[in-house]
Order: sequence, then structure tokens, then C-alpha cells
Amino acid sequence: MTNTPAIELKNITKTFGSVVANKNVSLCVNHGEILSVLGENGSGKTTLMNMISGIYFPDEGHIFINGEEVVIRSPKDAFNNKIGMIHQHFKLVDVFSAAQNIILGLDEEKKFDVKSASAKVSEIAARYGFNIDPDKKVYEMSVSEKQTVEIIKVLYRGADILILDEPTAVLTPQETKKLFAILRKMRDDGKAIIIITHKLHEVLSLSDNVAVLRKGEYIGTVKTAETNEAELTEMMVGKKVSLNIERTEVENTCDRLVVKDLHCINREGVNVLSNVSFTARSGEILGIAGIAGSGQRELLEAIAGLQHVENGNITYIDPKTGEEENLKDKTPLQIRDMGVRLSFVPEDRLGMGLVGNMDIVDNMMLRSYRKGKTAFLQRKEPKSLADEIIERLEVVTPSANTPVRRLSGGNVQKVLVGREIASSPTVLMAAYPVRGLDINSSYTIYNLLNEQKKKGVAVIFVGEDLDVLLELCDRIMVLSGGKVSDIADARTITKEEIGLLMTKSQQEEVPENEEN
Amino acid sequence: MFATIINKAIIQGIPLLFGSTGEIITEKSGNLNLGIPGIMYVGGSAGVIGAYLYERAVDTPHPFWCILIPLLASLLGSALAALIYSFLTITLRANQNVTGLALTTFGVGFGDFFGGSLTKIFGNGGSLSVKTTADYFKTALPFADNLGWFGEIFLSYGFLAYLAVIIAIAASWFLNRTRAGLHLRAVGENPATADASGINVTKYKYLATCIGGAIAGLGGLYFIMDYTGGSWTNGGFGDRGWLAIALVIFALWKPNMSILGSFLFGGLYIAYTYISGLSRSSIAIFNMLPYVVTIAVLIITSIRDKKENQPPAALGLPYFREER
Repeated sequence: MTNTPAIELKNITKTFGSVVANKNVSLCVNHGEILSVLGENGSGKTTLMNMISGIYFPDEGHIFINGEEVVIRSPKDAFNNKIGMIHQHFKLVDVFSAAQNIILGLDEEKKFDVKSASAKVSEIAARYGFNIDPDKKVYEMSVSEKQTVEIIKVLYRGADILILDEPTAVLTPQETKKLFAILRKMRDDGKAIIIITHKLHEVLSLSDNVAVLRKGEYIGTVKTAETNEAELTEMMVGKKVSLNIERTEVENTCDRLVVKDLHCINREGVNVLSNVSFTARSGEILGIAGIAGSGQRELLEAIAGLQHVENGNITYIDPKTGEEENLKDKTPLQIRDMGVRLSFVPEDRLGMGLVGNMDIVDNMMLRSYRKGKTAFLQRKEPKSLADEIIERLEVVTPSANTPVRRLSGGNVQKVLVGREIASSPTVLMAAYPVRGLDINSSYTIYNLLNEQKKKGVAVIFVGEDLDVLLELCDRIMVLSGGKVSDIADARTITKEEIGLLMTKSQQEEVPENEEN
Repeated sequence: MFATIINKAIIQGIPLLFGSTGEIITEKSGNLNLGIPGIMYVGGSAGVIGAYLYERAVDTPHPFWCILIPLLASLLGSALAALIYSFLTITLRANQNVTGLALTTFGVGFGDFFGGSLTKIFGNGGSLSVKTTADYFKTALPFADNLGWFGEIFLSYGFLAYLAVIIAIAASWFLNRTRAGLHLRAVGENPATADASGINVTKYKYLATCIGGAIAGLGGLYFIMDYTGGSWTNGGFGDRGWLAIALVIFALWKPNMSILGSFLFGGLYIAYTYISGLSRSSIAIFNMLPYVVTIAVLIITSIRDKKENQPPAALGLPYFREER
């Protein structure tokens, strides 16, 4: 049993047009083992896994399951070979319940019966320690619950080989811990697990072996016990990278943006922000931490003029004149006309930040098209700006005229951040700017933010990786349920303390519920 | 009087019910088939062609064949029309709206051409009428006349009317209570998810669109055989196809809701005939009522924003697995 690997890939190659996504990749996972597939963005990790799960079909190479060669042409073939994939972007039907999603696509000979399926779901959940309500609709679920549904979905199908694509990208530290405990349980149960990630500390704490990909090429597999962060990074990037974020001391700071008693209600009439007060200072990075959906998005959008503010004040203090301007209920255009240089890197890059079907130059013009004097567009300046960003931020793209939709996530983000910085802002707001980015790109972004800080920009950084927030920011504001739990000095607060602050308001609500 | 109004409303509603049931099944697969008005035309005219050829071929038409031949011709004709749509939008991934509108234009032209010229083609001249066949289609339940208002409201229709209701109920049951129904809904909501779950998205889309088209086509057949008594008039079917699509929205993509909805729409459609002294322009305002009701429903459901009452999430979008 231990001699035949659960799954083995030999010399897999896959190309999309002229782009080589995978070249001669070979992998091997035994039962009762966790393999991490590590690689930068665009290194072909997801493509490789999609070939195992039947979404893509390899151009060349062989796949062996338990020693026998198999051909996987569709997701159905993958299930039949007991392969289950948990995608990074959850593949769930929003209006279906958990149980309906889980039995989707199954051709059981038994009578169609959602109730007995629910019972089986609960049984699996109990065995591995999941917490799930089979009748809950997916659109009512938190991200972590959705992931649970995805995992149970593949277990329900009797999967022996589990593939998880960036499973921790959207989880809190506590949720991640829980997930890892479950994964270890599954490993001890004899399952073969492949986890795609670029978070090194996760690789080291969870996996038995690490396979590294770089630009579609297979670099090698190492035993986790015999390696360290520096070595893995070098394999991944191809050169030595410093993993420390430089944090300079705050100098000559003054108040730039004063938010007072901000109160927002979203379209469904729910309080998303209540009594939020804080000050962003120049030459400082203010970090915002919190569980996803705690009001981070609404806060930034309120400042940018995209979210209606019920109550409270947003005051901008002009760095030159010291004059105070009220930004409340102004449109983004009005804010710009007032001479406030506000830059916003939104969470939804291709939705709010850039237009996917337009090329880099056109996307540059989205910010500057009003500058032109005639009715015709001036493409010269944006073109040189685009070229400058491509060169300075090392954007990997065939040309400045490639639609941004075709770039990988990290490169899209570089284009967006590059554009926002180019307008030399006095306030820079970035929401999850490194989400889905690999180490190298992430550090490029951190350095850019630091550069802005040194220039005296007030930087507001919404992040999810607490380690990074602690290293990068000067102060950290923790949001919980739309309220500010605390604003702390990032140099003294600990990760655990932030974790507690992130759930503060919920803990307070518990006794109230008990009384009711 | 009251019973008569309900009876008339139901007769008006049946073609809409067929159309909307067919369209709901189609839309549940993520295909927004705006060709339904055309397909209903094709369904009606194909049935007439079948009936005409059979009546010409034999001296004394047998009731069994009189029913079966037009029925099969209609089903086949409209399924083929839907197949054109499926091939263009699913296999070739053409734009669904453009394809649908083109199909409607084609279907109306097809119906008018054959309906208007069939008799000329065979050298008989005169307007096209298949009265013998239509009479069989119109045969009501035997004791309808003896039971007063009850008979008039519930028993006085041809078999296609009952079939419409049965199909709508069956479609509801299929969508909510069967595995294939769950799979179909998943395809319309999130084809990538359905695909990753091992569901054959292409197969479900083709089948749902063609079967939905065939069902919708029966609405045209009912109209021509039962409502007009077998005589073809160009453009007689009017805007009923669009009304059927509006009914889909009104019914919130639930076939059982569209049963009552179709009767309501049917009633509104002929409401002007019960109000005396209307001028031409005010008749047009009354004809608008079903659409006004649909808009009202759209507004109410948008405000309530309940996820279950929204159209299938992937409606109108083509699906290609290896798209990046």
C-alpha cells in the first residue's frame, strides 16, 4: 500500500495557445500524506490541479492512480477515480441548500431524497469535526461555512485524494487552525491531500512534502522536515528574497483624514458601520483588521464617496494650506475637483478597479481622460505611464496593449496600484491589495506602500494576513461588526490580541441572546 | 356571466401557459430563449400543415390520426426550431438575445408563409382551414353542458387545455422534486459548478431548450386548433408569445404559479370586451394590462430581493469550460 502512490503525475504538459501553463510536471502523493504545491502566481499550480480534476485535459503526460494509468476527461472521471477538488472560487449554487449542493451531480441508484442525504452529511461532519447545517442556503453562509460545504461535498463522494486550492486565502487565523486540524484528521484517516498555497508558514506547519513550481516548470519536491522558508522561497522565485518588511519610524506626522462617528446603512437596511471614529495621519500606515464583512469595504467606500453616509463627518485636512474640507456625501468627482488627492485600490480589482477587456493604456486613461482639452483622446501620456508601470513594477505582460483580463492576479494588482500611486495621492486606501498574490508580488506591493508612507502619504491598508499587518502597519484599527473594537500600536499588540478584538462585538452579544 | 368570463380567460390563458412553461424549463438551463414567440408560431403552423396534409390524403379522417398527426407535427416543428437556437447558442456560443430575436422573426415568417400559401401550393386556393381536425381538438368532456357553471368553468375545454395544466404541474414537480430537476437548476444557476460536479451541462441545456420549445409550440397548436377552430389568419396569434415570456417573470420562474398567472393574463387580455363603449385607443390601453402587472411584479420582487425569486443566475450567459 505504501509503495504505490495514491496519485502520480508524470511529465504533464499543458499549453493555452502560445502560453505554456505546465511543462513536464511530475508529482507523487502517498495515502496518509499531505503534499503542498507551492509556486508564485501564474506558475501553473491551479492549471495542474484542474487537469487532475478533469476541468482541463493535459496535452502530454500520464496520470497514475494507485499505480494504474488513468485518463481523466471530465470531472465525472475524476470522481470515479476518487479525486475531489475544492476550488479557490467556491463552486456552489447560491440558492441551493448545503445538502442540495453536496448531492449535486450524483447518480445514485437510490431514490432521490434530500433528507437522507442531509443525514449522511451530518454523519460525515461529525466524523471529522465539521460544524454544518445541511438545510442552510449557501447565500446565507459565511466563507468558512461555504468551504466546509465544499469539503464535505468531495468526502460525500468518497474521495480518497483531496485537492485544496488556496483554502486559507479567505479564512481567519482561528478558522485556518480548525481547517488544518481537520486536514490532519483526514490524513490520519488515510487520505492523500494536495494543498495549493503560497503561504510559507502554512506549508511548513501542515505538509509532509512540498513540490515547487516556477513559471509552469517543475522545480522539485522536498521533505518539509528538511527545508526552511528561505530555501523554499529561493526555489519558488529563483533568487534570494528578503522576507522582512522594512518599517521606518513615523516622521513629521500630521492629521490628514479625520473620520468621526461614521454611521452607514447598506441597501438591505442593515447597519454596516456604527460610530466609527479614527484619524489617518500623513507618513503613517494605518492597518484595518477584521473578519471579512465587518464593514471594511463600506468604510473605504464611504471615504471615497461611493457609499452613502447616514451620520458623522469625514474631514480632510489639506497638507499645504491646512484647510479643512468635508468629504461627506460628495461624489468621487466632486472630491477630486476639491483638490483632494485620494487614491483607492478596491478589493474587487476587475470589478471596481480596472476594466478587464481594456488594455493597460486604456485603464490608465480611466483616471486621466478628463484632463484632455479636445474631444479626442490623448494616448501618448497614458501610454508612457503604462510603460513606466510595466517596467518599474515588473508587470509580466506581452505588451501594454494586452487586455488586463488576460494578466494573472498579481500583475493586475500591480497595474492598479501603479496607476493609483501615479496620481501622487495624499491619501492612499488599499483593500486587500495582496489577496491572491504570491510572495514576490506581495513584497513589491508592501514596498510600494512603504514608499508612499515615506513620501508623507496617509496610507490606509485593509489586510487579512495578521502577520503582515503587524509587520507593515504603524497602527492597527480592528473592526468588528461595523464597530471599532480598538485602535492599537502595531509595534506592541500581538496577533492573539487582534484575533480577540476581531470577534469582540459578537462576544458581547452572546449574553443578550441568552436573556432573550 | 361570471362563469363565462372565467371560461374565456382560461381559453385565452392556455396558449400563454404552454409558452411560459416551455420558457421556464428553457430558462432554468440558463438559456434566455426570446425565440419562443416564433417557436409558438412554428408549433401552430406545423400542426396545421400536418392536419391539412392528412385531411387531403384521406376521404374520411379518423379521429385518432386527426389528433396524433398534428400533435406530433407541432412537437417536432417547434423542437426543431428550438434545436436551431440550441445549436447556435450552446455549441457556437452565439449571443442568446440576438439569436432568439432572429428566431422569432423567422418563426413568424415561417408560420405566415405556410399558413397563408399552403392551399395555393396544392392548387386549391381559398383560405386554409382544417375544421374537421379542429373539431376533434375542441371536443370537451361529455357532461360539460349539463353541469351549469361548474361544467363551464372546469369541463368545457379541449384536451390540450388540461394537458397544459398537467404539464405545468409536472414541470413544477420535476424541477423541485427530482434529481434531474436539481441538476437542471444547477446548470442555470452556475454552469461551472454543475460541470465540476460531473453534470453534462451541454446535454442539459440542449434537452431543456428543445423540450421547452416543444411544450411552447403546443401553445400555438392550441390557439389554431381550439381557439380559432382550425382556420389560419396571418398574424392572428398576435403578441401572445411575448405575453408568455412576461408570464415567466410574473410567475417568478415557477410553473405552478404560471397556471394561475396565465388565467389572470388571459382575463386581462380580453378585459376590454366586457367594458362597453371603448374606443380603439382605450382598447390598446387594456391590452397593455398584462405587461403593467408584470412590471409591478418585477418592482415588488426587486424590492423584496429574495434570492429564490430571482431569475437563474447564469441566465443569458454562454458557458465554455476552458475559458480563462
